[in-house]
Amino acid sequence: MLQAIADIVRLNGAEKHFGAVRALNGVDFHVGAGECVGLVGHNGAGKSTLMHMVAGTLRPDGGQIAVRGNQEASYSVARALELGIRCVFQELSLCPNLSVAENTRINHPSLAGFNWRRRAAELIRAKLDEIFPGHGISADDIAGDLSIGRRQMVEVARAFTLTREPLHLVILDEPTSSLDAHTAGQLLSFVRRFVAAGGSCILISHVLGEVLQNADRIVVMRDGKVVAADAASAFDRDRLVAAMGGAEGHQKAAAEARKTEAGALRVRARPIRQQDDKELVARTGEIIGLAGLAGHGQTDLLLSIFSAASRARTGIEVTAPVALVAGDRQSDGIFSQWSIAQNIGIRSLARLRSGLLISPQREAELAEFWKKKIGIRTPDMNNNIYSLSGGNQQKALFARALGSDAEIVLMDDPMRGVDIGTKLEVYDLVREEAAKGRTFLWYTTETEELDNCDHVYVFKNGRIVANLGRDELTEEKIIQSSFGDAA
Amino acid sequence: MTAIAPGTVPKASPRGSAARARMLRGLLPALSLALVLLAIAWLNPRAISYFGFNLMLNLAIPIALATIAQMFVIAGNELDLSIGTFVGFVGCVTATWLRDAPLIGILVLIGSIGVYALLGALIHLRNLPSIVVTLGMSFVWQGLAILILPKPGGKAPEWLLSIMSFKPPYVPFPILAALLIAAVVHFGLMRTSYGVILRGSGGNAAALRRAGWSLLKTKIVLFALTGLFGVLSGMALIGITTSADANIGNGYTLLSIAGVILGGGEFVGGRVSPIGAVIGALTLALAASPLLTFMHIPPDWQVAANGAILIIVLAARVLISRRER
Repeated sequence: MLQAIADIVRLNGAEKHFGAVRALNGVDFHVGAGECVGLVGHNGAGKSTLMHMVAGTLRPDGGQIAVRGNQEASYSVARALELGIRCVFQELSLCPNLSVAENTRINHPSLAGFNWRRRAAELIRAKLDEIFPGHGISADDIAGDLSIGRRQMVEVARAFTLTREPLHLVILDEPTSSLDAHTAGQLLSFVRRFVAAGGSCILISHVLGEVLQNADRIVVMRDGKVVAADAASAFDRDRLVAAMGGAEGHQKAAAEARKTEAGALRVRARPIRQQDDKELVARTGEIIGLAGLAGHGQTDLLLSIFSAASRARTGIEVTAPVALVAGDRQSDGIFSQWSIAQNIGIRSLARLRSGLLISPQREAELAEFWKKKIGIRTPDMNNNIYSLSGGNQQKALFARALGSDAEIVLMDDPMRGVDIGTKLEVYDLVREEAAKGRTFLWYTTETEELDNCDHVYVFKNGRIVANLGRDELTEEKIIQSSFGDAA
Repeated sequence: MTAIAPGTVPKASPRGSAARARMLRGLLPALSLALVLLAIAWLNPRAISYFGFNLMLNLAIPIALATIAQMFVIAGNELDLSIGTFVGFVGCVTATWLRDAPLIGILVLIGSIGVYALLGALIHLRNLPSIVVTLGMSFVWQGLAILILPKPGGKAPEWLLSIMSFKPPYVPFPILAALLIAAVVHFGLMRTSYGVILRGSGGNAAALRRAGWSLLKTKIVLFALTGLFGVLSGMALIGITTSADANIGNGYTLLSIAGVILGGGEFVGGRVSPIGAVIGALTLALAASPLLTFMHIPPDWQVAANGAILIIVLAARVLISRRER
């Protein structure tokens, strides 16, 4: 019981589903008073979902949440703020049209009435001075004019400002991702001071060194579960990486040896921010993986390769037609008003034409061929694309790319939120098409998918940091490279 | 104008240049107004007088009020396509009920502000595009106006006529009214603590929700303010024209949107400027007919020339904004 009172927040069996995806699968998690908890895990491990729950922005589908020993039945953002729990979210949450002082006012209902403007400015200025001495930010600056690093500084400082509401726990989700080494150091030493003074902190970071050095206790998540939780001193880099990646029971899905002779060059590309001479090379019949943490330049490179196919770009050489399978199918992939057949045919209009018009017959033939080949489950290909399940919609997008004349297929993490059965079918298809000489560039955030690749380039901060051959490809290696502390 | 960058002293940094560009853009409404005034002074020096301004800016007050009304919805990333017919509806109520049965007239006008608040709630709760909802409402207001006043006519209440024909010493009344409107709205939206929340709802709604604010309430308040200023605009218009017509405000929809944009506002992002909006409205009012009349452009061509002036000024603004990036 004593233990429960010393808790700031405790979740028992927290669950969250997004459609068919289980983001959190029965998680037990707690933070004590005067404790800094480090939270690590790969993308999609469920860290952010868990933190949204603690901050009250997401409601759990199952499980309980207790704050300072009291069960909270209707937990919300307002309740969390009242209880002194605040969160600095990963996506910046300043209003770009407001000044720094005005943004501070948004988080403090009590900053109202006469002279609120001066009080808000003083509050944020004092906190910025305390955390980031020499920050060079004025309270009158418009947030949208500040650099992204300075915006992050404002956001962190704002979370620690104190007016009427108490302050017990601050969640910092990747707080240093946009800060340089100097300001990151200032922030982390402030966090240590805050914790020493009795406050609590949850620190999420992809820089493992930061977590190891600053957290008292580390919780490792994988696939929506907590897989390890121990005092920080009990961990070292290798143990963290092993816990995150799950090195045990790891086997290669597609083990059959593949031809090794080098085919004709299809793509040669250098990321814009690449400083050394590493470059991406893809040849006929190869499946090339693009790995690393989400948003580290993989999609950008795919898109620049895509545009290089139609218009010459420096640093990128493309020798064959290209098709792209978009990752975000709702916004980038699907024509929502069109039928399945029309959605498949759009990339091949030139071939479907008879005279000036599109031949419905040829369109139907193409659609019917891919319906059988890729197994799109629908009674009629003329139904609207939304009559399909998510996985089958994705299959239609694959059919669009594979049914075209493209010899190079770019895949921008297309398997997000697709069920395992569909995935296995598509993997087989990709390997089959590669054997026929097509080239695939495959960005994925799911490490198992990389087992289908001949070569994997690991990205960090918009650059290629490693080029792993098929035989040296292990999940640990990929995590090791993408979490490399050297920026 | 300082409305956009209050107290920001340009500094020698990327931020400084952003602030300078912001200031330049903030000055653009004032510059375009000055340009139009100079052109008028050059074409007809006698127009620049107490009497001349009274005459030229006669219709600027209702346009400025309608522009402010539009500015409130734009601050919340919405658009009101019904403001023109709403002004016409208010005009018809003012010229009939407000004179003959003041109590009913006042209740109807307050009720119409309530309808605006409900529209805001509807748009937020059902996540409807405001363009569609207000386009539909524009026909509702137009229809109601025609029901109230099938033929042009009616008469403004005496008190309203005497307010609108007020002749202060030295400064023409329209200029005084414009200053007052700009100052009041600037204080309310740009300086008060709740004004920050209203503008923040256009800047980053998710951040506001995470900080525990009700977006339903901000949307209702913004729409109700639009209704309030729409009512003021309709009343001011009738105070000047003395009688009403169901179609009297139809041009105000586009004029008000153009005024907000001309005044430095943006369609999304909660970036608006009340002072700029009033200046934009004055510029439009001057460019609309006095300037063109002095240029001896026949009335048949004035609407087209008006549009051309709008395009030129807005294009200049886009050029400056682009340099900012």
